[in-house]
Amino acid sequence: MNLNWLIIVPLLTALAVLPFRQLRQIRLIALAGSAAQLLLSLVLLRLFLQHPEAKLSGAMLFESSYSWFEPLHINLHTGIDGISLSMILLTALVVLAGVLVSWKMEKMSREFFFLLLLLSAGAYGYFISLDVFTMFFFLEMAVVPKFLLIGIWGSGKKEYSATKLVLMLMGASALVFVGLAGLYFNHPAGEHTFSMTVLANNPPTADVQRFFFPFAFIGFGVFTALFPFHTWVPDGHSSAPTAASMFLAGISMKLGGYGVLRVATTIMPEAASYYAPYIIVLSAIAILYGSFATMMQTDLKYINAYSSVSHTGFVLFGIGMLTKTAIAGAVIQMVSHGLMTALFFAVIGMVYERTHTREVAKMGGLLKAIPFISTVFVIAGLTSLGLPGFSGFVAEMMVFIGSWENSGVLHRTATIAATASIVVTAVYILRAVGKVIMGPVEHKAYFDFRDATWNEKLAAILLIAGIVAIGMAPFLINDLIAPGTEAIMEKLSASTR
Amino acid sequence: MNYAQFTALLLLLPLASFTVLGIWGRKYIRQASGIIGTTVLLVITALSLYAAYSYFLVDGQTNGTYQPIIALQLPWLQFGYQQLSIDMGILLDPISVMMLVVISVVSLMVHIFSLGYMKDEERYSTYFAFLSLFTFSMLGLVISVNIFQIYMFWELVGVSSYLLIGFFFTKPSAVAASKKAFIVTRFADLGFLIGILILGIQCGTLDFMSIIERLTNPQSEAYIGMTSTGFLGLSSLTWALILVFMGGAGKSAMFPLHIWLPDAMEGPTPVSALIHAATMVVAGVYLVARLFPVFQLDEIAQNIVAWTGATSALFAAIIATTQTDIKRVLAYSTMSQIGYMMFALGVSGYGGEAGLGFTASMFHLFTHAFFKSLLFLGAGAVIHYAHSNDMLHMGGLRKYMPVTHATFLLACLAIAGVPPLSGFFSKEEILLAAWQGNKAIYFIALGTAGLTAFYMFRLYFMIFWQRDKHYHSDHGEAPFSMKLPLLVLGALTVGTGFIPFAQWVSSDGKPFETALHLDFSAAPIAMVVAGIGLAYSFYRKENDKPARLSAALGSLYRSAYNKFYIDELYLFVTHKIIFRFIGRPAAWADRNLVDGTVNGLATSTENAAGAIKGWQSGKVQHYALYFFGGVLVLAFLFIYLWK
Repeated sequence: MNLNWLIIVPLLTALAVLPFRQLRQIRLIALAGSAAQLLLSLVLLRLFLQHPEAKLSGAMLFESSYSWFEPLHINLHTGIDGISLSMILLTALVVLAGVLVSWKMEKMSREFFFLLLLLSAGAYGYFISLDVFTMFFFLEMAVVPKFLLIGIWGSGKKEYSATKLVLMLMGASALVFVGLAGLYFNHPAGEHTFSMTVLANNPPTADVQRFFFPFAFIGFGVFTALFPFHTWVPDGHSSAPTAASMFLAGISMKLGGYGVLRVATTIMPEAASYYAPYIIVLSAIAILYGSFATMMQTDLKYINAYSSVSHTGFVLFGIGMLTKTAIAGAVIQMVSHGLMTALFFAVIGMVYERTHTREVAKMGGLLKAIPFISTVFVIAGLTSLGLPGFSGFVAEMMVFIGSWENSGVLHRTATIAATASIVVTAVYILRAVGKVIMGPVEHKAYFDFRDATWNEKLAAILLIAGIVAIGMAPFLINDLIAPGTEAIMEKLSASTR
Repeated sequence: MNYAQFTALLLLLPLASFTVLGIWGRKYIRQASGIIGTTVLLVITALSLYAAYSYFLVDGQTNGTYQPIIALQLPWLQFGYQQLSIDMGILLDPISVMMLVVISVVSLMVHIFSLGYMKDEERYSTYFAFLSLFTFSMLGLVISVNIFQIYMFWELVGVSSYLLIGFFFTKPSAVAASKKAFIVTRFADLGFLIGILILGIQCGTLDFMSIIERLTNPQSEAYIGMTSTGFLGLSSLTWALILVFMGGAGKSAMFPLHIWLPDAMEGPTPVSALIHAATMVVAGVYLVARLFPVFQLDEIAQNIVAWTGATSALFAAIIATTQTDIKRVLAYSTMSQIGYMMFALGVSGYGGEAGLGFTASMFHLFTHAFFKSLLFLGAGAVIHYAHSNDMLHMGGLRKYMPVTHATFLLACLAIAGVPPLSGFFSKEEILLAAWQGNKAIYFIALGTAGLTAFYMFRLYFMIFWQRDKHYHSDHGEAPFSMKLPLLVLGALTVGTGFIPFAQWVSSDGKPFETALHLDFSAAPIAMVVAGIGLAYSFYRKENDKPARLSAALGSLYRSAYNKFYIDELYLFVTHKIIFRFIGRPAAWADRNLVDGTVNGLATSTENAAGAIKGWQSGKVQHYALYFFGGVLVLAFLFIYLWK
């Protein structure tokens, strides 16, 4: 299968909504388009699993390459392995769910769905790129529309948040670009190339790596809420409309983790080992500090945003541990957190639509009035606090086991600090659930609320299905990503030899 | 024989019942959900009894020793390090088979009882769905083959307990209790998790049997590695075991992690009988028993187990004498009895007669499950009738509730340790093991036995005797569905003591004989008689002796009545210290320091831009000025500095 369909389909859908004015028509097209994305990625999964090489090596499959800008040797070079495929599946699920929860987006619906679909095209392009320049291009494509999404459809201090988010992410992109340019000009064979495979097979010298790694790492790291560059997360998430929050936390934050893994770590393995202690310290801080900061939040979106800082900390933490188990755990955490946080934002949106508040203290006893939505809320919460049977548990435990394999004092201390977050997470999740969902019913008006509509139910069920599938049968995703993580481990161990 | 198929059903059936009742129960099969859940449990009980029959009596033994049977083992998640993997499987050995029987029988009784007790509840089907979830998790816990499997089911029983404690979710106290139970046990599980990490990585496996095999071999790499490395003067092995035990202590409500158990009584009473008396709270004891071959290698860890158990036993018994909420008295008595089980493991040796403590602990777990769930269900029937939890509002109930009264009395006699009821035999063995292992603990246990008899009969007399408080109940004693479990459990309370337990369950799988030593029993029986006698004189009829005594004891009584202020201590630490000194500063720093820097950068950029934006005035004169200025500066540089 030609992977470029993954870019073409969302783009075509985005264009297809433009001639229409009625919300009814627009949302149907968007739904059909995002359903087609999911279908396409499931077909891709099937083809991938049938591929004879998929289990053997971490090689990129379904490769294709088109010249994009010959003078600089930029190609639209695409290909996937299990890691990118799991990201693609995540994107497809989150986008479909995002379209479903935006079913009643009356305000400028055409533009809204156009931008949402454009974002998804950027995300797919990013995950399938094997050329770091096109990857960078798609990264930008997945940032700019967010400015409009938050600025126009957002709430609260939306202009401030939109500006802050885009400026911080643009700054991050600039750092990424410096890193990429460094790789381009410092190829050991003197060849100027953006090709990820060429760069990874013949990595730059240790000095070059150590100089440019921080640029690429911090740049990508900002996307995944690297401490102390995470402050765009709470404001951005809480001002964004529901679907944009879902996309932002579910997919955008994963762009960073994926970039750290694919570009920073794979191409510059020597530097990754060199800087690993810093990565571990910063991400352990993010995990623990993020969870303590969450404990004090009173707005549901802020709670989920800060908890995202804490949870995505596990991604960088796992990568910094440089063991196969921990890196696999980091990848699973990306998928898991993507699904879970999308579900959480979706359900927060559903609650907000009905109660018109996100203040925890102003709600209570929703379970009595809207049982379906409340149950989804509890499921999202339990996933967040790492209950076995849901995906978060698998990811966190893999990171913990993988981290403990390192016997250094720093590694052990950081791991204990990170494990402590499971208690703090329980505290803030149960506080929110205990007040919003349980407890006495706050207002009589709650009984007039309508429980979830079909589209809301479908969105929730899709995301929960993903969460439960990983949680109940983690061997599936573990097998899927194993060759890819194996390949990264080979690069890492080759560099230390 | 092939255990794989029918033991797998033990897990699949309750999981299926949870799914069906959870998804469709509310809307479509509300009325039938109780019947569905109970039928499933009936099948499970039959399967468990069959498993016990075939294991203990048909083919569990090889060469006179009960061997563990791995009925099923499926790799579930493989880690890229040595042989580390999480396997899902079914391990049958004497203790797990014994637990299967306990869990399924008690759960079945609770299901039947709930048919009547929860009949008018709005969330009737949800209740049964949660009960199925709990049964699934608890069964999965005891048959775990892998220490990570047990951890997973451990968390799942925790969440089932959370859901059931908070079942009456509109009551703020129930919500608070459910949170407290989950968070306190989560904190303990943090220790458990780190313990697993140490054990797993150092042994190179997470499989129970392999861990035990490697660590009990003093020449093995794992054993040498774990005993030669250490931290703060304790070896890795000791640390790992203490941390694992921390998880067990949390789940089993051992001092000082017990604070959640009394509050957990906010849940429906049948739930308290099942989860917070008979099954989940003994999971910690079970965990230590599961790793007992390793625990007995390490003296420090075993002493910690013993002293935690003994302290909890005495501590809880003292508090129980002062409480007036019927369920809270029972909760403290549960904590106290689990303390007995725990220290029995702590003082036990390994193998043959030396392993008496192990057998005694499991025996007490077994008998206690039945008489304690009987006490709770009886209390449930009383609460159902009297519409109150408080003993002060009760009295003279024996006339109105003959069945409840008779069975409750049996259970009280059993827990006090009156021969020939089941509790007598198991407690006797524990005391004997303590006498042989640690005299100090023996005397604590002896004193606690007297206290137990006293507070149980205080409870009994205050409910069923004393002055008739005249109830305006619109129904009779209880429906048949509530009486039946009382009668069955009553029969078990009488009968289970006569089971030749040491023939079946022992530390190394080899059967041995236990005998009653009448001379040894004299002291405990005297204590019990004294306890009951004191309770009789204090509480048979209302009088002022209790008040005089509590006044005489003064602050001691007040401290015990206020549960020694442990809750207040925890509140202080969590709210005053963690929230105020960690949470709030973290949130503040994030908004002001970290984000302040970001905003500061933005502001200074803006200011800088504001300062220089005037330069782009669009006036030709200004540009000409800059141009000439520039030329002058360049000329200056060129002329003076170039050379």
